[in-house]
Amino acid sequence: MTVHNLYIFDRNGNCLFYNEWNRKKQAGISKDEEYKLMYGMLFSIKSFVSKMKDGFLSFQTSKYRLHYYETPSGLKFVLNTDLSVSNARETLQLIYSSLYVEYVVKNPVLSLSQSLDSELFCSKLDAFIKALPNFRLGLV
Amino acid sequence: MTHSVSPAKMVIFSVYVVNKAGGLIYQYDNYVPRAEVEKTFSYPLDLVLKHHDEKVIVSFGQRDGIKVGHALLSINGVDVIGKNTADGKDILEYLKDSSNYPVSIRFGRARLSSNEKLMLASMFHSLFAIGSQLSPEAGSSGIEMLETDVFKLHCFQTLTGIKFIVLADPRQSGIDALLRKIYEVYSDYALKNPFYSLEMPIRCELFDQNLKSALEVAEKAGNFGAGS
Repeated sequence: MTVHNLYIFDRNGNCLFYNEWNRKKQAGISKDEEYKLMYGMLFSIKSFVSKMKDGFLSFQTSKYRLHYYETPSGLKFVLNTDLSVSNARETLQLIYSSLYVEYVVKNPVLSLSQSLDSELFCSKLDAFIKALPNFRLGLV
Repeated sequence: MTHSVSPAKMVIFSVYVVNKAGGLIYQYDNYVPRAEVEKTFSYPLDLVLKHHDEKVIVSFGQRDGIKVGHALLSINGVDVIGKNTADGKDILEYLKDSSNYPVSIRFGRARLSSNEKLMLASMFHSLFAIGSQLSPEAGSSGIEMLETDVFKLHCFQTLTGIKFIVLADPRQSGIDALLRKIYEVYSDYALKNPFYSLEMPIRCELFDQNLKSALEVAEKAGNFGAGS
């Protein structure tokens, strides 16, 4: 699988964290604008989906798949991968439970509502993503 | 292949056709799951209700199959009208009065009004575009498939910009073939109809008939079938 990028949003729509690994195309707007656009899209999808029923999991286009995981506290994890990854739910839950909780929530110096600049969290996350099975598959 | 009769029927829920400007030009509900619960309550009510979009919905307190987000559909067997009872009283006021108890209330998912359907169609139109803009890979299409825990939305956009959208059970396969079949039906029976004007709502009997039979075929053949 190829992991393109990862966004973490808090429940107010602030982008807490962003990192990219194999991103070939940029959105053509500033990162700040992109976060807003992404959050707006997710928010709309959630309201779109709940008009009928509940529980948005993922969507795919012809080139990538977006996986979505939201904790009951409103934290949102968004992972873009290639189409070969059919389900990244466990991966996202792991990022939340064994990285975010361990290295951000349990760190008393970090404020939970500001963007994450913890070096420890970044390096752990980077190592975690790179250790995912076949992370480099599809990299040319 | 044996035909297993499972309680959860695999189905295609509905079909939407959206023109290139985001307007809904055709909508058909094939199967609407009716999860409705009727229950008798005594005073005071142990559910928290609130007004939302001219309806009364449950905002807190799930029990016995009544879920948050369900709308209040009828009181003592009489259907409500928006947020008022059949004789024009405000429902929340009515339920505050202990002399009206015990009361029997029916809850369920509110049906989408045609206005809401129009809104959803144009909402999806922009989501489709944003999905393509935020792509990390070059040359990506818009959203082709959107998955939730209870349904999957499949979208097929033609070269001319018309979108065919099918909502189906997550396990239903063969949707890609169905979408192309609907496109074929659209080209044959809507576009070739001399009374049909482009980009306008589709009101052609033959289109309806052929779409319905395409859905039937897909439902019979699609379940558990190989590939989609």
